[in-house]
Amino acid sequence: MQRIKCECGHVNPEGTVLCEACGKPIEQNQHIDGNENKKLLNMRYEGSARRSKTYNKSIVDKIWNFFSSVKVGVWLIILTLIASAVGTIFPQEMYIPPGVNPAEHYKDSYGLFGQIYYQLGFHNLFSSWWYMILVASIGVSLVICSIDRVVPLYRALKKQRAKRHDVFIQRQRLFGETKNATSEDIQKLVEQLKKKNYKVTEDNGHYLAEKGRFSRWGPYVNHIGLIIILLAAMLRSLPFMYVEDYVWVREGETKVIPQTEQQYYIKNEDFIFEVYDENDERFAEAIKRNGEMVPSNFQTNAVIYKVDGDTIPGQDPELTEVKSGEIIVNKPLKIEDIDISLYQASYQLNEFQSMSFKLHVKDDAEENAIGEFTFDMQNPQSEYDLGNGYKAVVDEYYPEFYMENGIPASKSKYPRDPAFIFFVYGPDIEKYEVNFLAIGANLNPSEDNKYKLSLTGLDMRDVTGLTVKRDHTLPYFAVGAIIFMIGVVQGMYWYHRRIWIHPTKDGVWIAAHTNKNWFGIKKDLEKMLEENNIEMPKDQQQLE
Amino acid sequence: MNDFYTISSNFLYASFMIYLIATIFFAATIRDKRKEHKESKAGAIGISLTIIGFISQIGYFVFRWIASGHAPVSNLFEYTTFFGMMLVFAFIIIYFIYRITILGVFTLPVALLIIGYASMFPRELSPLVPSLKSHWLYIHVTTVSLGEAILAVSFVAGLIYLIRQIDQSVKSKKTFWLEFVMYSLLCVIAFIILTSTFRAMDYQVVFEKTEAGQTYTTEYHLPPITSPNDMIMTTPDRMNPLFETPGWMQGVDAGRKFNTLLWSLLGGLALYGLARLILRKRIGAAIQPLLEKVNPDVVDEVTYRAVAIGFPVFTLGGLIFAAIWAQEAWDRFWGWDPKEVWALITFLFYAGFLHLRLSRGWHGEKSAWLAVIGFAIIMFNLIVVNLVLVGLHSYA
Ligand code: HEM
Repeated sequence: MQRIKCECGHVNPEGTVLCEACGKPIEQNQHIDGNENKKLLNMRYEGSARRSKTYNKSIVDKIWNFFSSVKVGVWLIILTLIASAVGTIFPQEMYIPPGVNPAEHYKDSYGLFGQIYYQLGFHNLFSSWWYMILVASIGVSLVICSIDRVVPLYRALKKQRAKRHDVFIQRQRLFGETKNATSEDIQKLVEQLKKKNYKVTEDNGHYLAEKGRFSRWGPYVNHIGLIIILLAAMLRSLPFMYVEDYVWVREGETKVIPQTEQQYYIKNEDFIFEVYDENDERFAEAIKRNGEMVPSNFQTNAVIYKVDGDTIPGQDPELTEVKSGEIIVNKPLKIEDIDISLYQASYQLNEFQSMSFKLHVKDDAEENAIGEFTFDMQNPQSEYDLGNGYKAVVDEYYPEFYMENGIPASKSKYPRDPAFIFFVYGPDIEKYEVNFLAIGANLNPSEDNKYKLSLTGLDMRDVTGLTVKRDHTLPYFAVGAIIFMIGVVQGMYWYHRRIWIHPTKDGVWIAAHTNKNWFGIKKDLEKMLEENNIEMPKDQQQLE
Repeated sequence: MNDFYTISSNFLYASFMIYLIATIFFAATIRDKRKEHKESKAGAIGISLTIIGFISQIGYFVFRWIASGHAPVSNLFEYTTFFGMMLVFAFIIIYFIYRITILGVFTLPVALLIIGYASMFPRELSPLVPSLKSHWLYIHVTTVSLGEAILAVSFVAGLIYLIRQIDQSVKSKKTFWLEFVMYSLLCVIAFIILTSTFRAMDYQVVFEKTEAGQTYTTEYHLPPITSPNDMIMTTPDRMNPLFETPGWMQGVDAGRKFNTLLWSLLGGLALYGLARLILRKRIGAAIQPLLEKVNPDVVDEVTYRAVAIGFPVFTLGGLIFAAIWAQEAWDRFWGWDPKEVWALITFLFYAGFLHLRLSRGWHGEKSAWLAVIGFAIIMFNLIVVNLVLVGLHSYA
């Protein structure tokens, strides 16, 4: 590596623009920071030697330079931004109603645009390979651009001397000459600076007052935070870090919890659904406007069991209770042993558990039962014996009944609104009699049935839907987010201010630089110099 | 409704009026011949009134909280009003850093527009559904809107910069887009005027449709330019709709929202035309001479400082607190819900803003345009995403 020795004696690495120690511009490198035809020096990176600006030969150099360019970085950010916006035009696939065919859904709901959207794969945009590549490129860019800058910047700030080259001083944005300033004036200024918490160093009667250097590391700290967040997102693909599943449990039912290797069971003791009182004077108007009940609470009272010992296949396992508690929205229940949490995610009210029927003579006003049976939704039979030679055969069972163009059909397999077609056989029935039963109706297709099936009772229960989740990546996200915030605050709310006091033969030069907030450093200087004989430096770069 | 609710509403009304008067005092400083930095009497009264108005609005907030039992940030009216309040707060902070009275002349009207806009939505107290019952609701919503409000100050500063600096002697793309910004603000005014006028008249049109045995209705409170898709007007003696809302606009209320949008755009156009007739020049050109005294350098600095302060606050509230809450309420801290995605877009946009400024030297005018676009994104998230794009956060 070629090194460049400055007239002040300091040896700089190749590619240096301003001597790390005294700030003298190194002639052959001025094009790098665009200083050639400018009055002011570019102080962005202290004129330090950055790899990306120094080498451009090998393929590694080229990739390095590509990713360390802020222009490229901003383009990546903008592309990600646009892609994300596209992803919100229509709902993503995970937000369309469950069970529908996405190919048809997008076409039917959003017409031609919806169809194109679907065919381009935008319905799963955020998990598409190209979106991931975009985000990953931002990550790569973050790493490379940070390394490219932080190392030389660190060197330059560490090596800087209080005594700077004349040219460096004159070509600062804030610069002023005062003739006839005495050393008392200078001493007074130094005291004032110290009082303002500047760190003052001296070198041969030259002074450097510096404040807030650590804010220069802000961007790099925040970029590290972002990188940690991106890494945490990658960790999610590992099952021991992250699992997610779903389970529906009916009231009274005990069910194995998925993702626990059949070791844990949950019992739904009770599902509680509460709504706001529509007579509550505070909310009456809003509830009326809403047109329906406003829920106030969803809650599952659950008991968690662990399997005791080995299970013999085909036999029910032995269970011991490990904990019981409430699962409420915003208050998940955690099973500590296996680090799994259960979240109240969904529910289904009043699912039918069983329905009881009796057979009687149609014209019997008393409806005396000839025979009775109970249809259990968990365990449906194909026929039920009613005694005395009578039986009911299930011809059709519609768990969630509706009429589709005059033909009965079922919306789902869940018993939310059951309907049946029974064939009733008996010794005095010629072939069989058809009974069509739905809730609240016996829609007998034929008028001349002799017998009739009637509903005598039903059992209903609620079903709770729980998300089962283990997430060991959360702490990483948290750490990343905290580091990001620290970095941003560090870089934004503090400023790196430097003021150089440069005595000359017949007076003193003052130069000042800040990485941001020029308004603030000017105010600082104005205040101090008001009570001083030294003149306020001029801003050599007023916008217009 | 109870007494606290009434007290709260009166406080809000009072702050609206006080802000209005404060604006007038700030405007009076324009004519002031003295230097910008020296505080004039009108400016001092302006900022004092602003602070009094702000305190009164805190009164609104506190009493409404007592009335409903939860922090009033849970529906579109409450959230938007709170955003207006935070905008005033952000202005007060920035004012004490830079002491620029002209900022008040522009920020307060924007805050008034936002609060006025908010009042057009249902104002009664609403109960909290279970997923909103969390302290994180307050923490998240308040930080987000504070962050967005500080970012909005950068918009106001950017706007001042553009009006001050853009060459008005010739017609250009820049003058066009500046006028477009003015027109958008006028659309909000038109929306407020039209909605409150027809509300005062108790205007109502009902549309109905019957599908699969179910009857759906939708109510318009503005005369129907466009009827809902496939619905029949059942209120007699009303203006006949000119056309039907296209079917790809989803939902029973799509027709109403589209109709309201059309009215606002047309109303804005009428107001803009009127302004041009009176001023006899572009609105930007008419305001420009009033800003002669403004130092563009300082205004540019305000644009940047507001982003520098607002960006971390927004990130904290809009992404980090939001994620923590989403983790508790919906068991996933990030779910690509439209509102979340738009928060991410806002975040990326301002990250872009900062990089362009810091590393690519986008100062002054470029930076000012970016601040305007950033505000458009925030408003998009506040209004369009809530009202149009479906998602978990849809308030109305
Ligand atoms: C979403 C992604 C990113 C975020 C949120 C982010 C955030 C930030 C922030 C807040 C700053 C400080 C700005 C200021 O102080 O005004 C900064 C500075 C910087 N960022 Fe990023 N950044 C991101 C991506 C990138 C990428 C991809 C690159 C690489 C090209 C990059 C390169 C830089 C550089 C070079 C600086 C300035 C350092 C300096 O000049 O002192 N950033 N970034």
